Formats: sequence, structure tokens, C-alpha cells
Amino acid sequence: MNSSQPGDHLAILTEDLRRHYKMGTAVIRALDGVSLQIRASEFVALLGASGSGKSSLLNLIAGLDHPTSGRIEVAGKNLAQMSREELAIHRRHTVGMVFQAFNLIPSMTVLENIELPMRFAEVPPAERQAAAREAMQRVGLAARAGHRPSELSGGEQQRTSLARALVNRPRILLADEPTGNLDSRTGTGILNLISDFNASLGMTVVMVTHERHLAERYAQRLIFLEDGKLIEEKSNTPQLAEARS
Amino acid sequence: MKAPDLIDLAVRNLRESVLRNSLTTLGITVGVASLVAMLALGVGLQQMANRRLAKSGLFDTVVVTSRRDFRSYNREERTTGAGAAQSRPLDEQVRAQFEKLPNVLEATPDIRFITELRYDGKPHLTMVSGVPQSARNNDAFDNMQGRFFGGDMADEVILQKEFADELITGREQPDSKVQVTAEQLQGLLGKGISLHYAERSVPDRNAPSESAPATAPPNNSEPAALSSFSVIRRSRQLRIVGITDQDPEGIRGSARGRVFLPLKLLQDLKVMLPSEIRENTRSFSNQQTYLTISVRVKNTSQIQGVQEAIKKMGFNTFSIVDATRSLRRFFAVLDLFLGIFGSLALAVASLGIVNTLVMAILERRREIGIMKAIGASDGDVKKLFFVEAGVMGFFGGVAGVLLGWSIGKLINWGTNIYLVRQELPPETIWAVPWWLVAGAVVFAVVISLCSGLYPAARAARLDPVQALRYE
Repeated sequence: MNSSQPGDHLAILTEDLRRHYKMGTAVIRALDGVSLQIRASEFVALLGASGSGKSSLLNLIAGLDHPTSGRIEVAGKNLAQMSREELAIHRRHTVGMVFQAFNLIPSMTVLENIELPMRFAEVPPAERQAAAREAMQRVGLAARAGHRPSELSGGEQQRTSLARALVNRPRILLADEPTGNLDSRTGTGILNLISDFNASLGMTVVMVTHERHLAERYAQRLIFLEDGKLIEEKSNTPQLAEARS
Repeated sequence: MKAPDLIDLAVRNLRESVLRNSLTTLGITVGVASLVAMLALGVGLQQMANRRLAKSGLFDTVVVTSRRDFRSYNREERTTGAGAAQSRPLDEQVRAQFEKLPNVLEATPDIRFITELRYDGKPHLTMVSGVPQSARNNDAFDNMQGRFFGGDMADEVILQKEFADELITGREQPDSKVQVTAEQLQGLLGKGISLHYAERSVPDRNAPSESAPATAPPNNSEPAALSSFSVIRRSRQLRIVGITDQDPEGIRGSARGRVFLPLKLLQDLKVMLPSEIRENTRSFSNQQTYLTISVRVKNTSQIQGVQEAIKKMGFNTFSIVDATRSLRRFFAVLDLFLGIFGSLALAVASLGIVNTLVMAILERRREIGIMKAIGASDGDVKKLFFVEAGVMGFFGGVAGVLLGWSIGKLINWGTNIYLVRQELPPETIWAVPWWLVAGAVVFAVVISLCSGLYPAARAARLDPVQALRYE
């Protein structure tokens, strides 16, 4: 189950990773012994049915959750041993997240939403503004700086979310069903952007999706999960080349 | 997250629920206003009492006695300084020494004696007292009928109202059936009154007096010239220039004067004082001696130092500051109780802050999850809620001080209308000093921060995964 090449720099490494929840007397095994390796700059898609453990794995990589047992290393750091404060720093600088529901703060404008992670990183205001405007430029939202999320279309909201995820220049982009709330054309636009960042910035991308055709079109590797277990890994390089062409 | 960003985000969040947060802030405003109102009343009353006492001329005065005349007002003094036998008498030389002490404005002898005054041919026995020119600002002479003495040596007299009543009615004890009118009192002003007294005459050392000496006991060790003194009966015609309703000498108790003369004039009259008889029979000094000397200091805060210096010189001291310690304790307790009652409203308001912030956590649960997902630490979230509580406390505090101050002004205005209707002089019973303004705002912020402790901790503990799932 290990498709990384010897000598490649690893962005993510999990070994026998488990995340169990207790609900009353029952134990939910969201992740049950997942071992995988993701190389730096790789575009990986996590596929599986609902409840297969895709989002749980993504949350553990993001440092939003702690594993029950096992090892999880992201950018060379063992997240299982990190404190809550250290995990916050990891989320701030190492990973960027894009969600299905966009998760923008409704009371803030596009510019303010994009700036927000830099406030937590204590970036000076002038530098913050410049970086946010550059990110907006990248996702094609330069004209929407002063708008609130409610004034944007779904695609624009997701592009704002993408710009926010990129603004602190993370090494890893984690996308949890980024096209789930978008029509296919808009979704393709978003995935094109993610794919561009992967190619031009060398950013590692881990994308959770239900849509296999999109995964096959953009991801270099497909990882299938079922009942919290990794059941299959599939290299996808030829289809990605075709999609790009 | 840096402080300006925290404040910016906090204010932005508060603006999102303007009505609820404004009502919560209004609760703090009312609480602070109540606290300020209560304490301002306590402070105002204390300042009014202090003003009265300070203006009475008693607060900045140390009364000095010789230990040979009095043991001590305070028992502990018996063990320090000169003993009764070694203590010097209070004479002009000592008075001059007191005046040279640091922070002393003046040292004036207390000249008071019981003697006879004649008005309209009738004799009146009463206590006569010398008043220095510096007592002009004493509040006892503020609203008197007539005027203060025209000069140090003016042959003028100011009467205490009870004595003036006695001159008019001819009765020594006040009689409720006999009412003395203001016009009758006014009629006394400018009238003559004669003072009958005993003058102390000391024979010249070189030329023994030929006048008949008083019977001083012969002493083999003293020259005859020093062992004798004369007492000569004198009278002086004076003019009544003022009548005071207040008591300028409340501190003196039963030794209060009822007729006041310029001090310099009384000194010049060389009235034979009871203390001098004792002093002359004891040491055969030719110096005029006094029973007490009043030492006035520049500032009330310097009383203690001047008292210590005088004690070291071997004299007993007493000041009203000693006596007002219990008064200060009373006001401290009063302020404490007023503060506690005032704080009750603020305590209720603090529950409003807790409620508002807990509601905000429920409403902003997802937002907290988003912030955590993009890099906010538990500490950032905690600080954000803390600052929101602090901002509400600050604005509530500032508005509360303004409201409390306005209420105070209104009550003071109303009180003065009542006082004027009762023919009493207007008073400032309300004071909002700067320390109260700053203290109230700081207290409001601290209370608000304390109220924010639980909500902030709860927000910080939120699990981001759960929070992001929240709809």
C-alpha cells in the first residue's frame, strides 16, 4: 500500500492511524489502522462512501483532531505528540483548508476573510493587505474585495475560501469536497485553480471527493477508503495529463 | 493575535448584535452609575465635613500646653520627652521658637479669661478670648452680622450670639418665650461695651516699684524686685462690631469664649491670667506666660511633623486631627457600604455579560470552528471573548460615570433648592473626583473581564471539528 518512491520527500506519513469515537457504549471506528505516504507536491484524492473516514483522515492531517493511536507526520512533524497550541501553529502555517460549505465569516468582506489567517499569524497590516490582494488576484476576485460572502456566487465564495487557504503560503492544501456545493462547470473552475497551485507552487494537495471522474481528471493518485480502512491506492498520472491537455 | 487586531475583531463582533450588546452595555452603565452615585455621595459628604473642619481653623492647628500645667492629653507622652518638672512655661520666647519651626504659619497665645463686661450699666460675667487677624477666614465669621475687627489694635469686640441675646434680654439662660429678632441684634452693632480686667504690672528690676505690691510670698533666694508683682484694676471702652451665630472655638468645650477681642489688643492690655499667678508664684518669672499656644501649620498633612517637633521640645500637643481619626474611620466605613450597595447593580449587570457572551458562543459556534481551522489558537479565541467583555465593560463604565455624574448634579441641584427654601446656605454634597472616574471605569472593565472568564474558557475549549459541523 505504499506508492511513494524511495528517496522522495514525504509531505504526509501515517502508520496504523486510528481514530475511534465513543457514542454511549458503542465505539465508532472512523479510522481503523490507516497507513499511507504522500509525497511533497503530490495531488492525492481520497475517495469513498459517506462514513468511510475520508473527512476524519483529512481532519487529522489538518491537526483539527487528535488520533486515538498510531503515527501521523505532516511536514516531518508528529502531530500526535503536539499540544493544542502547536496544532494551531501547524494549521496556521503548514496546511490550508477548503471546505464544501465554504466556511467564510459572513460579517466580513472578501478581503477581510482572506486576511484573517494572517491576523492569527501576526502579519503586519500593510503586508497583510498586499498578500490578500495578491491572493485575490490569483483566484480572480480582485473586483470583489469589499463584498460580503452573501453577495457572492457559490464559485466566488469557494474561490475566496481558496485564496484564504493560500494566503499564508502553506505547503499542503486540504480540500474537503470543494466542489460539493457547486455546479459542474464552476466545480471544474475551482479544481483547475487547485491543480494550477499544485503545479505552479509545488503545493501538496489532498482532496476528499465523492466524484470519481473529477478525482481521475486531476489527482495523481487515488486512495480509496471503506469503513475507516484504506482499501486501494491507484496511480492516476496519465488521466491527469489528458485533463490538463 | 496582536492587541489592535483583537480589539478590531471584538468591536466588529459586538456590532453584529448591536441591540443585545447595547442592552448588556446599558446594564453595566446603570451598575456603574449606581456605584458612582453612591460613592460620590460618600466622598461629597466627607469633603463637606473636611471643608467645614478645615475652615473652622481647627484642622491646621496644634494646641500646645506646658507639661508643668497639664500631664498629657495622650498617655504615651508621659514616657517621652521632658517631665513635668523640666518642662518650660509657655512664654513669648517659646512662642517665637514655635514660629521658627518648619511648616509653621504662626503661633498665637490663647488669651482667655473670665471677667466682667458692662453694657447699658449692667454687669455681665463671661469668658473673653483673643482672636488673631488670621481667624478672619474662619467660617464662624463668614455669615456673621456686622464685620470682623478693623485692625490688630482696634478697640472692637465681636459677640457670640448667645451673649448678644443676654445683653438684649438681660437673662443669662436662653428663654424660649423671649425671641430676639435680627433687628434687635443689628441694633447692638456700633454700641459701646466696657471691659473690666486686672492688669499685671511687674516692677522694674533696677527700681523697685513704689506702688503697693500684691502679696507674693517672700523668698530668700530671689531679689525683692522679682518676688513681687502688682495687679491693677482697669477698664477699657470697646465697640461692638460683629455678632456671630457660629461657635469659632468648638474645640474649647466649656472654655469657649463668648466675647472676642483682637489678640494683639488683649496682649497689649497685659491682662493678669490665672496661669500667670501660678507661674509667678512658682518661678518668679517676669515674662508673660500662657496656658496654651495655638500653632497653625501651612497644611493639614504637616500637622504630625510639627506635633513631633514640639513634643521633642518638651511640651504636650493636641490637634483636632487626632480627634478626627474616628471621623475618617466613619467615612471609610460609610464609603465601603455605599460602594457595596452601588456594586450590587454592577454584579447583576455582570450576569448580563455572562449571558450575552454564552449566547454569542452558541451563535458563533461555527465561526469559532472556522477561526480554529485557519489557525486561531485556543488562546486567540479566549482573548477575543475576553476583549469583547472588556470593550462592553469599558463603554459601559464610561457611560456609567457620565450617567452617575449627571444624576449627582441633578440631586445636588435639587438639594440646594430645598436648602435655599429652608433658608440654609447651599452646599456641595456631591463630588466625583478623578480617582473615582478612573476607578469606576477600571472596576467596570475588571468586573466585565471576570464575567468573560467562563464564556471565554468555554469558547476556547470548543472542538473545531464539532464546531464546523454545527449548523
